[in-house]
Amino acid sequence: MSESAVPLEKSYVGGTGEPLIQVEDLKKYFPITGGVFQRRVGDVKAVDGVSFTINKGESFGLVGESGCGKSTIGRTLLRLNDKTDGKVYFEGKDMHKMSKSDLRKIRTKMQIVFQDPFSSLNPRIKVGEAIGEALLDHGLVSRKDVKERVIETMKICGLADYHYDRFPHEFSGGQRQRIGIARALIMNPEFIVADEPVSALDVSIQAQIINLLSDLQSEKQLTYLFISHDLSVVEHLCNRVGVMYLGTMMEMAPTDELFSNPLHPYTKALMSAIPVPDPTLKRERIVLQGDIPSPANPPSGCKFHTRCPMASDICKQQIPEYRNVGNEHFVACHFA
Amino acid sequence: MAKELVAFRNLETHFKTSAGTVKAVNDVSFSIREGETLCVVGESGCGKSVTAMSLMQLIESPPGKIVGGEIFFEGKDLLKLSKKDMSRLRGKEIAMIFQEPMSSLNPVFTIGKQITEPLLYHLNMTQKEAKARAIELITMVGIPRPEKIFHSYPHELSGGMRQRIMIAIALSCDPKLLIADEPTTALDVTIQAQILDLMRDIKTKRNTAIMMITHDLGVVAEMADFVVVMYAGKVIEEASVLELFREPRHPYTQGLLKAKPVINQRKERLYSIPGQVPNPVDLGENCHFHDRCEFCMEICKTKAPPLRAHIDGHKTACWLYEEEGKAQ
Repeated sequence: MSESAVPLEKSYVGGTGEPLIQVEDLKKYFPITGGVFQRRVGDVKAVDGVSFTINKGESFGLVGESGCGKSTIGRTLLRLNDKTDGKVYFEGKDMHKMSKSDLRKIRTKMQIVFQDPFSSLNPRIKVGEAIGEALLDHGLVSRKDVKERVIETMKICGLADYHYDRFPHEFSGGQRQRIGIARALIMNPEFIVADEPVSALDVSIQAQIINLLSDLQSEKQLTYLFISHDLSVVEHLCNRVGVMYLGTMMEMAPTDELFSNPLHPYTKALMSAIPVPDPTLKRERIVLQGDIPSPANPPSGCKFHTRCPMASDICKQQIPEYRNVGNEHFVACHFA
Repeated sequence: MAKELVAFRNLETHFKTSAGTVKAVNDVSFSIREGETLCVVGESGCGKSVTAMSLMQLIESPPGKIVGGEIFFEGKDLLKLSKKDMSRLRGKEIAMIFQEPMSSLNPVFTIGKQITEPLLYHLNMTQKEAKARAIELITMVGIPRPEKIFHSYPHELSGGMRQRIMIAIALSCDPKLLIADEPTTALDVTIQAQILDLMRDIKTKRNTAIMMITHDLGVVAEMADFVVVMYAGKVIEEASVLELFREPRHPYTQGLLKAKPVINQRKERLYSIPGQVPNPVDLGENCHFHDRCEFCMEICKTKAPPLRAHIDGHKTACWLYEEEGKAQ
């Protein structure tokens, strides 16, 4: 990959401009049961009315703190969870209305890479077999040819052919994440959900995996939903970023726009909270007070008002409108 | 310059495994001065936690054993103390907080009981005095409604609150040294900012020395006065924080700094250190970084470089800066 080609692509908002994934007012509530009869006593509103579009060839980042619903969105997009309300379209087809057999067919086009490469691999299955399993399961190659395909994919992901017969415990964290990526990639997917793929890795390994993901994207025109709590990783890898808080999208913009001109106080606080490796830098830091409120009982009005340094009366009463302020920059704040 | 509080001298902590001996800490020497924040940085398995655990003498034996060296605390060699003397020191003079605030509190005891325990044990306070002090400590670490928290159980608190409670317990006996082993790794960034603020506050108000173990160079830049970089059981570089970030000298340190994505400094491509950390079993006497190093020379493969100061106070263990290396 030539070095100069990258920023051009990245600043090009919207990939090919053709939507691959459309999410409309998606809601996912998890019931809380209680009492002797385990009746439903409330809901954890993990995702509470989120809409966005991911275009072909784009990488869309979702950031937020733990419990903000970013992973639930990833799982609901792939229909690993059922939704509560709203719609998810993949290439114009409603994912949640599909029959089981249609779903099975379309699943080959979408894959997921998980955060924890330790628990997402079966310790008793050889790595090569784990990578090839889905191909056989979907009947895409014959048993005879599968090994060849697996080894080819392993090489693309930076693994060697002699790794085929090894077991997961023989690999380091970074290598296991490569196995996870190989397993997703072998299906030749169009869309990959990467759920915190580098969070469990050391810095020097993290950089290797980020570079691998971005090489694969430009070679295979992949579309990513990249879920992370780390804004600096998202800035590096994504074209467009959405910032979530307690199940709601607070701000969404093309990466360069978001990082040069953050409008929501939560986005600003998140950015200023990241420690910068430069001891000479003296920054004004916005330290948010308190903890994230429970998603079972979110605050009224703007969900962020309990921790917001700018909060006033209107924030407690009215839910701010999620609106476009120009340059494809969306924000939900009364003061933005 | 402030007085030396802790000094590690040629510390060797080994673990016996079925595959062979792991020299988790291999000839490590550095010191911590009073009131100073020293950060130990390195990737998983580099021996940074084992160094701290050796200081506390909390190495599980077997398989682990401190096989050589000395650890001085205020001039006393801790390795020569009796078990009883060591447990008097532990929690009182040296306190420790861990990465996982979930698993370091006992789920079946109230917060109050866990905060008062060291006060009753080390300071011989009465129950009443201890409670008053505990409430004071809970307030000090920034938790509202201390009375209520005193009677709560750990599962009722969030991760950030639990870490604050751990800090309160660690500070209960006014230690001279606080060891913090990845204290914010399991927390969200906004909570991390709160905890780091609290630790800075403690340091300035109480002049407590802090030994902080972390893998995050951003946290190092914010917190440290002095930095020790470890790789595969050895110290490979040490310097003051300003010096280290201004002029990192070891290729590994340089690589770490380049590999980290930094907010608002988007690069076309991240630098990455090739390969991976070597298998810790039976490492030879050479530079353990040689197979990942772009400047690797013949001498690096056969002989371990000494840790030596080339500029004032800035020590590096690398043949690039040695006469023998330059000759090649």
